[in-house]
Amino acid sequence: MDPRAIHAALGARFGERILGAALDAGSPFATLATDAIAEVAAFCKADPALAFDNLMCLSAVDYPKETPPRMEVVYHLFSYRHLHTFALKVQVPRENPAVPTVEGVWGVANWHEREAWDLFGIVFTGHSDMRRILLPDDWEGHPLRKDWQDPEYYNGLHVKPTPQMMERVLSGETLGVGPFDFTPENRHLEQP
Amino acid sequence: MSAASPGARIADWDQDGLDTDEMIVNMGPQHPATHGVLRLELRTDGEIVRRARPHIGYLHRCFEKHAENVDYPGVLPYADRMDYVASMGNTLGFALTVEKLMGIEVSPYLQTIRVLMAELQRIASHCVAVGTYTMDIGAFTPFLHLLRDREKILDLFEWTCGARLLYNYNWVGGVSHDVPDGFVRAARDFLREFDSVTFPELLDLIIHNRIFVKRIADVGVCSPELAISHDLTGPNLRGSGVARDLRKDFPYSGYESYDFEVCVGKGQYGPKGSCFDRNWVRVAEMRESSKIIHQALDRLEKLEKTDVHEKVPKRVKPPKGEIYFRSEAPRGQLGYYLVSDGNVNPYRVKVKSPCFTAMSVFHHLAKGMMIADVIALVGSLDIVLGEIDR
Amino acid sequence: MNATYAFLVGLVPEIAGWPAWAIVLISAGLPALVLFHFMALAPLVYVYGERKIAAFMQDRLGPMRVGPYGVLQTIADAVKLLFKEAIFPRGVDRKLFVTAPLLVNVGAFLPFVVIPWGARLQPADLNVGVFYVAAISAISTVGLIMAGWASNNKYALFGAMRSAAQIVSYEIPSLLIILVPVMIVGSLSLQDLTVAQAGGLSNWFLFRYFPIMPVAFVCFFVAGLAETNRAPFDIPEAESELVAGFHTEYSGFFFSLFFLAEYAEMFVVSAVTSVLFLGGYLAPLPALQQLGPLPMGWFWLWFKAWSLVFVMMWLRWTLPRARVDQLMHIAWKVLLPIALGLVVTVGGLVLWPVTASGFPWDRYVGWPLSLLLVGFLLVVMVRALLWNRRRAGELAYAGSAAAAGQGTR
Repeated sequence: MDPRAIHAALGARFGERILGAALDAGSPFATLATDAIAEVAAFCKADPALAFDNLMCLSAVDYPKETPPRMEVVYHLFSYRHLHTFALKVQVPRENPAVPTVEGVWGVANWHEREAWDLFGIVFTGHSDMRRILLPDDWEGHPLRKDWQDPEYYNGLHVKPTPQMMERVLSGETLGVGPFDFTPENRHLEQP
Repeated sequence: MSAASPGARIADWDQDGLDTDEMIVNMGPQHPATHGVLRLELRTDGEIVRRARPHIGYLHRCFEKHAENVDYPGVLPYADRMDYVASMGNTLGFALTVEKLMGIEVSPYLQTIRVLMAELQRIASHCVAVGTYTMDIGAFTPFLHLLRDREKILDLFEWTCGARLLYNYNWVGGVSHDVPDGFVRAARDFLREFDSVTFPELLDLIIHNRIFVKRIADVGVCSPELAISHDLTGPNLRGSGVARDLRKDFPYSGYESYDFEVCVGKGQYGPKGSCFDRNWVRVAEMRESSKIIHQALDRLEKLEKTDVHEKVPKRVKPPKGEIYFRSEAPRGQLGYYLVSDGNVNPYRVKVKSPCFTAMSVFHHLAKGMMIADVIALVGSLDIVLGEIDR
Repeated sequence: MNATYAFLVGLVPEIAGWPAWAIVLISAGLPALVLFHFMALAPLVYVYGERKIAAFMQDRLGPMRVGPYGVLQTIADAVKLLFKEAIFPRGVDRKLFVTAPLLVNVGAFLPFVVIPWGARLQPADLNVGVFYVAAISAISTVGLIMAGWASNNKYALFGAMRSAAQIVSYEIPSLLIILVPVMIVGSLSLQDLTVAQAGGLSNWFLFRYFPIMPVAFVCFFVAGLAETNRAPFDIPEAESELVAGFHTEYSGFFFSLFFLAEYAEMFVVSAVTSVLFLGGYLAPLPALQQLGPLPMGWFWLWFKAWSLVFVMMWLRWTLPRARVDQLMHIAWKVLLPIALGLVVTVGGLVLWPVTASGFPWDRYVGWPLSLLLVGFLLVVMVRALLWNRRRAGELAYAGSAAAAGQGTR
């Protein structure tokens, strides 16, 4: 099925809960209402014409500078039966983001959603095991957000070089640790 | 735990919930057999595993965050380091993703070089996978024989681009170095030895060895539905009998014009989808890769040579948009979700690594096994922690 | 001891007049010293041999730097191990921790006392020789369990339990198969067992009573492999599973004691197998038994035991390891029935010999068949080796021919 037909099938079943679509994009996607994702996912898997039995990737993206500022969760689906792909998008606000879980539909979503929680802070309601997966259990914050600032310390260790250390290195001294990574400015946040 | 982790119900892993006969055994993160820094928390009743919980993240190097801070060609060295055992595949995937977004088409000569390098890398990667797997099961010698052949491949790579392990070879719009003179002859020599000595020896020595078969043919059986639901791809999926290969279904870089077969696990010695089948798919894929390389080498001699940097843009600035592109890496389908906002830096790069999803099925398969079989299972999924943790 | 006394008195007749305690000290102490030195220094050779054999099988060179062709490597390793700090992890039971390797070594070294190196070259010719060997080897099991328990480590405990289960299970078919030559000869003494095989290659037990003895030999060898925790039965030391099994927590000197015990046990098992089945110190042809005035018995026993040790090493580097339950399955459901069957058959044959009334099957048909079998296996191996060499040679030729024809690309 081509993307138009898939979009039409979804629209026929779910009506206005399908908010929009971009079918000419590199990977065609449809945007859904956030609370509809679990049902849409179940329908995508169960419907014989769609038969999306595989969740290729579940990604979270942070758009702080769009209007309105939001985060998106993108589900890339694939069907082994019909060999077609499609993507679903869900938009959540940047404060207290919450999305229903699809781990009951595709087992792999368990780990993908844990990663999205870990790096972005998006809570997947109904998830059986919502805890950090890549970062240490006692890490605070969600680093892949665009407004992430590295903390000063983690468990007593310097995370970034201190200004004093940087001055000493810039004046030609070798500190015995390093070379330090001078992380460039975060381009996505314009300083007012 | 982070301060705000709502709804976290950790199933009864606390000491109080433990039966007096059960033990929590920790394998790793430093362990000879777990292929990297992986921690497996096993709750066992004697030798039988009741629950298994993998802990990853020891090798998290913030690839996705770095990718947002460097330009597109600068992402490629970072991408190399994800699956460090098979880095040609990582850069090929990313380069193809960006090229697709920008609409760049490379010449057939370049496509042939890319296929050649990818398939050589596939053989090298499977050498490590099969070799270390047999070493985990206890046979030390096939590991050394396979690594001897991997050394020859790495010598070819070093000759071409100067690096043995992390090449930064596939660039957006081309490759970094053309194949040197004499490369085709050297590659053919290597393949001749591989096809007629190493590969048959491997089959005789270990693959059909009765002890090896008995260790792994009934273990870790993964049904096709579980495999698809947990997004097992590549040899892991084909071991369960699902004959899907991206190189055939959604070919890229000229793969549609090569003649090779999709290797599928057939359940020769036990149920289909066992550890033996996944391992067997890797072994058989080495032979198919050898076929592809022969064809690629023939083509390389006949095609007209083009400059490998001719389509490499001066500044890589894809138009605003997003794309998801996947390629068949030796460990499975490597997917890149690229969001571009028109700048020289990517806006978001999300990597779907095949080993990440393969580990997600681990605790389903590990229930009811013995501890020795856990090793067999981990090895048969062929994980590289660099890719899981990125 | 008597033999040594006789030898010494022949050299220096005054010894006969010394007080009794001095005579006993010399005639018992001297062989003990010689034997002890041999037992302690021989593992140096075994370890070097193992590393070189493993290397050549794996297409590499092995130790090459320390001494010419690496012969001093083991000495360097031994010195290094002696200098290492003997770490006592917190919570270990010190007494047991230290006693365990000693017990294992006792069980490995004591059997050397009854191994016959010649007609009178045996430290002690016990009339329960074989039984003594089996009983003493069991002491090492106690040492293993002590090592695992005292280490205060889950993995070590796992390894020790597995190892104990394995050794005990494989002792049973091993002992039953020992009964086979014992029943035929009618004596437990190793000297008598050897002498009963006198008369050249065809009289060795391996080549008699075809097909009973070859089967018994193979089963006994397999059981012996399992007793010494060698691959394919090396689950207790499975490096990739439990780090190092029961000796995980040992370092330095104590680790070298375990190492020593393993290689000594390997030699003991090989030597006992040679005595039982391969004719002990007897030469394949009676003419080779004496090289002029020098008895060659010790050389032949050493040669046979070393061949079996070589086979053990060969197997270790070729075969993967069997899982614990598969190991137990082999012991209880394969080897034990075979051993029982053999005992019953041979017992029956001893009582009612098939050849009592006529055709000496054994003398004319049995041993040629065994020789044919061994010869056939050898021919297969040599052919495979030559095929490989020829293939590799062809490739080199074909490669250079293609190079000549294709030019530079």
